[in-house]
Amino acid sequence: MAQNPTDKANTPQVILGWIWVGIPLAWGVIVTLQNAVKLFQ
Amino acid sequence: MAAFLDRSHSVAGPGFSRWLVPPAALCIHLCIGQAYAFSVFNKPMAQLLCTAAASCPPAAAKAISTVPGDWAIADLGWIFSLAIVFLGLSAAVFGRWVERVGPRMAMFTAAVLFCAGLLIAGFGVSIHNLPIVFLGYGVIGGCGLGIGYISPVSTLIKWFPDRPGLATGTAIMGFGGGALIGAPLAVALMKHYTGPTSNGVAPTMMTMAAIYFVFMTVGWLIVRLPAPGWRPAGWTAPTVEAAAARMMTTRSLAMTEAVKTPQFWLLWAVLFLNVTAGIGVLGQASLMIQEMFGVTVAAAAGFVGLLSLFNMGGRIFWASSSDALGRKRTYMIFFALGAVLYALTPTFGHMHAIALFILGYGIILSMYGGGFATIPAYLRDMFGTQQVGAIHGVLLTAWSAAGIAGPVLVNYIRQSQLDHGVAKADAYSVVIYIMAGLLVVGFICNLMIKPVTEEHFAKATLAEATA
Repeated sequence: MAQNPTDKANTPQVILGWIWVGIPLAWGVIVTLQNAVKLFQ
Repeated sequence: MAAFLDRSHSVAGPGFSRWLVPPAALCIHLCIGQAYAFSVFNKPMAQLLCTAAASCPPAAAKAISTVPGDWAIADLGWIFSLAIVFLGLSAAVFGRWVERVGPRMAMFTAAVLFCAGLLIAGFGVSIHNLPIVFLGYGVIGGCGLGIGYISPVSTLIKWFPDRPGLATGTAIMGFGGGALIGAPLAVALMKHYTGPTSNGVAPTMMTMAAIYFVFMTVGWLIVRLPAPGWRPAGWTAPTVEAAAARMMTTRSLAMTEAVKTPQFWLLWAVLFLNVTAGIGVLGQASLMIQEMFGVTVAAAAGFVGLLSLFNMGGRIFWASSSDALGRKRTYMIFFALGAVLYALTPTFGHMHAIALFILGYGIILSMYGGGFATIPAYLRDMFGTQQVGAIHGVLLTAWSAAGIAGPVLVNYIRQSQLDHGVAKADAYSVVIYIMAGLLVVGFICNLMIKPVTEEHFAKATLAEATA
């Protein structure tokens, strides 16, 4: 086989990639949960 | 540039980690998922002229605008419907092209179309021309949605033959999560751009186009395809017998042949019924909880947000669970549990058990999202990996059809109940029982799905040989 990609999930690029998508997603989840709290107030 | 985007230039080299592909897919899906949050623009778009004339009704008032020429909310609802219709159509039409050109070109095209759609819609808003908004966000943006939806999914299936459910669930979770980002981002930007004579809709759309293009660009830059024949280290493809036991094929069927099988149309019905049941209620969730439990508008918005979280979480939970449970069994759970929960929710309403009501709808919405996320892996099991993106594209027309059928069904039945003197709080009961009935039909369709017969694979082989 000519190509040999790795299965490592902890390379710097992978970590950076997850941070890039994780920050806006986490922000969206936090804002949504803050709004949902009003349902039980 | 064209060469860089080409399929042959996006094949992974040594050292590339396949775990970089899910973030690449999320870069696209988190952005195009903004479509689910488009309704945050509806009220401000219905007040463009009265804002300019500084004569809008107070924010707390239910009336939208009395200024002649201001757009009606009902007309604005067509922007989202058009986008979903064009999502399905473009996914169907461009599915084979996406497979041919590879993920980088497809994701780049999706970024250009989706962001151009937002830009044009912003321009349409700035000159108060609704057809331009329809063309921009509905048609051009909708095509970006379709191409952007199927391309990362098909790529992930090729990278994760050992865990296709987990892989597709990750990407499609992003589409659900896009609303969680898109809604507060739009609200914050509109607040920033609001002035004495403008409520900031047009610059918000244009700014979002720029932000999303940068975000999506990271996706198409880092995405890669595995070389033909690549498989994960230590993983061996299941034997024909082992695969057959899990209703999986070890071969691939072309899209043109797949659509001729009854399995394809049963899966189409499965997706259509699951989405119709979910989308109809999702669109009415805010009004429903207000009328059934008398909660405030702000609390109802919190309920819709919670449902979005369940919708997003269900995508990754159910799709990855389907790797262990099997796709057919997973859909059996969706339809059986969904029908029972739907049938129980009017009782929760009568009991005034709001926590049970929220939990019930949360689980239903998790299965609505799970249905979207598990279907690509189901298609891969039935028809193989080679043209799964193209087949998925055609199947997404079920979503377009459900996007129209679901809300129409709910609105029509509810209105008919109100016209017959049924109390507002009880008007949803009939709708909910009909949704439960749709899920029972879905259960039967799923039960009828059997592996694709040898005859279809033989026909495909013969066609290849004579081509």
